[in-house]
Amino acid sequence: MNYPNDLQYAETDEWVKTDGKIATIGVSDYAQDQLSDVVFVEVIKAVGEMVMKGDVIATVESVKAAADVNCPVSGKVIAVNEDLSQSPELINSDPYEKAWLVRIDMSNPDELGKLMDSSSYEQYCSERSH
Amino acid sequence: MFIPHTKIEQEEMLKVIGLKSLEDLFLDVPESHRFPTLNIPPSLSEMEVMAHMQTLSAANETTRDLVCFLGAGAYNHYIPAAVDAIIRRGEFYTAYTPYQPEISQGTLQAIFEYQTLICALTGMQVSNASHYDGATATAEAGVMAYHHYRGKRTKFIFSPAVHPQYRATFRTYMSGYQGITIMGDENLEDPFVKPDNLSSLVDFDTAMVIVQYPDFFGRIFDYTSLAQSVHSKGALLTIVVNPFSLGMLKPPGEFGTDVVVGEGQSLGIPLSFGGPYLGIFATKNEYMRKISGRLVGETVDTEGHRGYVLTLTTREQHIRREKATSNICTNQGLMALTSAVYLSLLGKHGLRKVAEICYQKAHYAAHQTSKIHGYRLCADSPFFHEFVICCPNSVEEINMHLLDHGILGGYDLGKDYPTLKNHMLVAVTEMNTRDDIDLLNEVLAEVAND
Repeated sequence: MNYPNDLQYAETDEWVKTDGKIATIGVSDYAQDQLSDVVFVEVIKAVGEMVMKGDVIATVESVKAAADVNCPVSGKVIAVNEDLSQSPELINSDPYEKAWLVRIDMSNPDELGKLMDSSSYEQYCSERSH
Repeated sequence: MFIPHTKIEQEEMLKVIGLKSLEDLFLDVPESHRFPTLNIPPSLSEMEVMAHMQTLSAANETTRDLVCFLGAGAYNHYIPAAVDAIIRRGEFYTAYTPYQPEISQGTLQAIFEYQTLICALTGMQVSNASHYDGATATAEAGVMAYHHYRGKRTKFIFSPAVHPQYRATFRTYMSGYQGITIMGDENLEDPFVKPDNLSSLVDFDTAMVIVQYPDFFGRIFDYTSLAQSVHSKGALLTIVVNPFSLGMLKPPGEFGTDVVVGEGQSLGIPLSFGGPYLGIFATKNEYMRKISGRLVGETVDTEGHRGYVLTLTTREQHIRREKATSNICTNQGLMALTSAVYLSLLGKHGLRKVAEICYQKAHYAAHQTSKIHGYRLCADSPFFHEFVICCPNSVEEINMHLLDHGILGGYDLGKDYPTLKNHMLVAVTEMNTRDDIDLLNEVLAEVAND
């Protein structure tokens, strides 16, 4: 399982990559592994919409289950990854790069403080695996 | 195989919940109600039951005994004997949807063929594996639209010429959804309103517009311009069809509609009170993941042989659980098969021919009736095999007279449309001979002269 150092993680298994006030969001390697083969990704927020921390921004559906993706930060949606509707399997093959879901222009970057760093998240995942 | 639990297992379970006997589970039911004395006659032998049931059955008057001009959503068509012979094969006769689907390749293939035929008939890209009946399929279209717009569009617009029972079912289905409005048919002053008049009701809050083809009064409209105006407001259009009519009419897909639903009874399924009937649901590829129920696909196995799989069940509970947007987890398997067998036996040209016969006979009947003093044909538009006549007396009274002559008369529209008192909806199919039609008109003339 891969937990890149440059990302922050939410308890509901989303990752956040920040570049100034811009946050890129996706689901973690642990999440994709739990879901197994992803067959459908539906981002339900559009560019320009405001989202609050905790809002559902997407649904990821696998052969086993459907999971909501919660937005770990508040702000305005500035980009949505259109590739995922055609290639949902990117969530499995490349969760941290090609399978980003949305980009958010953060309205309250302080919210990042609530997220876990790579080692805490790894610890958190290993606890749940048992 | 059903394996009931054993006495030992029952005792183990009782021990866990701290009870001594099975009877202890029913202590909350007052003793006098646990085994009340039932007022039922003594039991009968099999032979006596048969005799009794045959007496009951003989008291019915069916379309075998009567000449039938009643339609209004369920139609008296000829069903080739081969249909029953094929669907009664033991391998098919278990009607329920397969829960371990891929092991039942024959069932999946039958559903796949059904879906393919429905797509060909309707001119749509995908069909699901079917629903219970036309009314539930119509309601599922509404649920689909609601979720498509995530509840942000709240208006559903009905043509008053959609089957009254479908509109009622739709309202029941949608009653649990907050903040939606179902309109267009609430004021039935002019039930014959033209579909294009619905356009003025469509706005950016409209989720779906629902019309029927041929409509409840048998009329045929081209819905192309309605589809355009619905789409210009970003809304969806659903057309409720009688699939039988599509043997000769332009497929509704060519109007640019988003969803086609309908009652499939006319495709080889006998008339029965309460069904089983067949709900048809077809849509465009872009809404494939939004359809309720299930969808069978064709693929190849590891050795390259053709095989069938349950490709999509996107809105069902077993994957989406609490996120499911439809309660429908089943399909009307045996009836879907029936319609597929019926369509295959008739073929493209056969279906067209039977549809044309119905059309011609209905037009003959309408023309003859319109010549009778006191009767007026209410047809300002082309119609298929059903038409409205304005009668000099109440429909109820006329139908009593018709029944005396062995004729099951048309549908009394006054029951659903207060302004259509004395209006009868007459259906004519290939089962009605010229003599039947002439007899109908003789009796109608007789009633008018009374």
